[in-house]
Amino acid sequence: MIEVNKNNFEEEVLKADGLVMVDFWSPSCEPCKELMPSVHQLAEKYKGQAKFCSLDTAGNRRLSISQKVLGLPTIAFYRDGDKIAEITGEVAIEDVEAKLNELK
Amino acid sequence: MSDIYDIVIVGGGPGGMSAGIYGSRSRLKTVILQKGRLGGQAATTEELENYPGFGRGTTGPELMQAMADHAESFGTEIVRDEVVDLSLNGDVKLLTTKSGQVYKAKTVILALGAEPRSLNIRGENKFRGKGVSYCATCDADFFEELDVIVVGNGDAAVEEAMYLTKFAETVTIIVIHDEGILDCNQASAEKAMANPKIKWVWSSVLQEVKGDGLVESVVIKNIKTGELTEMQINGVFFFVGTVPKTELLKGQVDLDEQGYVITNEQMETSVAGVYAVGDCRVKYLRQVVTAASDGAIAAVAADKYLAEEEDFKVRVLNVKEPVWVAFWAPQVEASINAIADLEQWVAKTGTNVKLVKIDTYRNQRLVERYAVDEIPSALLFHKGELISKLSGSFSPEDLDNQMNLAGF
Ligand SMILES: Cc1cc2nc3c(=O)[nH]c(=O)nc-3n(C[C@H](O)[C@H](O)[C@H](O)COP(=O)(O)OP(=O)(O)OC[C@H]3O[C@@H](n4cnc5c(N)ncnc54)[C@H](O)[C@@H]3O)c2cc1C
Repeated sequence: MIEVNKNNFEEEVLKADGLVMVDFWSPSCEPCKELMPSVHQLAEKYKGQAKFCSLDTAGNRRLSISQKVLGLPTIAFYRDGDKIAEITGEVAIEDVEAKLNELK
Repeated sequence: MSDIYDIVIVGGGPGGMSAGIYGSRSRLKTVILQKGRLGGQAATTEELENYPGFGRGTTGPELMQAMADHAESFGTEIVRDEVVDLSLNGDVKLLTTKSGQVYKAKTVILALGAEPRSLNIRGENKFRGKGVSYCATCDADFFEELDVIVVGNGDAAVEEAMYLTKFAETVTIIVIHDEGILDCNQASAEKAMANPKIKWVWSSVLQEVKGDGLVESVVIKNIKTGELTEMQINGVFFFVGTVPKTELLKGQVDLDEQGYVITNEQMETSVAGVYAVGDCRVKYLRQVVTAASDGAIAAVAADKYLAEEEDFKVRVLNVKEPVWVAFWAPQVEASINAIADLEQWVAKTGTNVKLVKIDTYRNQRLVERYAVDEIPSALLFHKGELISKLSGSFSPEDLDNQMNLAGF
């Protein structure tokens, strides 16, 4: 997974072609940390079918807010730089995988 | 047969974890099926200071990790998957998960927990993850230097509000009661009242959440005057109680009007071999310690159920000779005499017929299963099948007749 932050978000996500999945998380968000290993597994499993990014919102708060993300965990999907779907609140990896399959 | 679990636990909060610890420690083949992250609601709070033995400074995630490690150390399997379908009647219960696995279980412990109640206020759903939150530990740091409100005034609301003051500039608590009245415990109330970052709006409810992509303001209604006030705000945290996660169980086990599972003291539901524990059942106090207590009781009850079922199989259902099962009760004298007669009759008839005595007082489940409505009763089984039933008094001739009718 590609670590994105305020310096490379534009390049890696907003200017990217095709499907990009971004995992918004922060070190103080326990559900996010619980989810993370399965998100990484998912990225491995669907390698090449989408681009997978991880965004630590701590230190990138303004960036998250610009992406209208104000709640964790959030998994957002972008296509050609436009946000097309988002899962937030009680995020289960099964739901993320289903969404990914629908969009890829 | 080895792929049949003794206990399948649905839900990995404190109720499920405790059942896992007790189940696997009794060497029962035990699995916990858990949707998403481990630990349930208890893992969503940073301040969990009332679980016995774990004092100040304990966090929910820490405690729940310790419970998970504890359960696994005794051999509990923990699988991340959501149960989407249940078939609970019958000897072997089937649980289907989202990933398509089917788990077979001799007993099932439902530890489904609860989820935050939503008030269905205008804007609440639309701004979920956009400033509306139900989890302070998840989202608090977004609100550094910003202003938030908390809706609710029970233990969770007031304790989470205090946690939020470590991040937010101000935390305004909207309280439906008159000034000074809170539903939370006195210790928390005093601490919150003394916290300079906490502000209070009394006699009021939230009417609407507004914004453009993200939350920008809320409309608060004073329930005494009816007056509406709009307040600029960045975040809205709801802690207004919970609702049981029992949608899945409708039509399967008995629920009360609010959807809580009805159980007895042994955590038994309306279905034999199916138990419910923790926040999802009807009970007085919904806390980590009571969920853990329920889990222990259910696992022990399940263990006893398994032993009794196994015993009935070995002594009655799997026996090749015909077996008379006599239902008696120590307080019914007629039944004691009838049993004595039956014993004599069996002794005379010889070794090709067996007798099993059931104390109805101690084994209500068999009484219900075989609809035994009179004591004494004698039921004739052969190769696992119920062949005939004598209720009330019976004579040696009756027994001979039944045997003849059955062709023995
Ligand atoms: C903010 C907050 C603060 C709290 N603070 C305290 C405190 O300080 N002290 C205290 O004692 N208590 C506290 N509580 C209450 C405590 O967390 C609960 O009483 C306790 O967690 C209940 O445990 P449980 O096992 O019944 O259910 P839960 O903890 O709700 O766990 C149930 C689990 O089952 C899972 N599940 C549900 N359905 C399925 C399915 N179909 N398939 C698979 N998995 C499923 C859920 O996802 C969940 O993870 C607090 C609660 C909240 C919300």
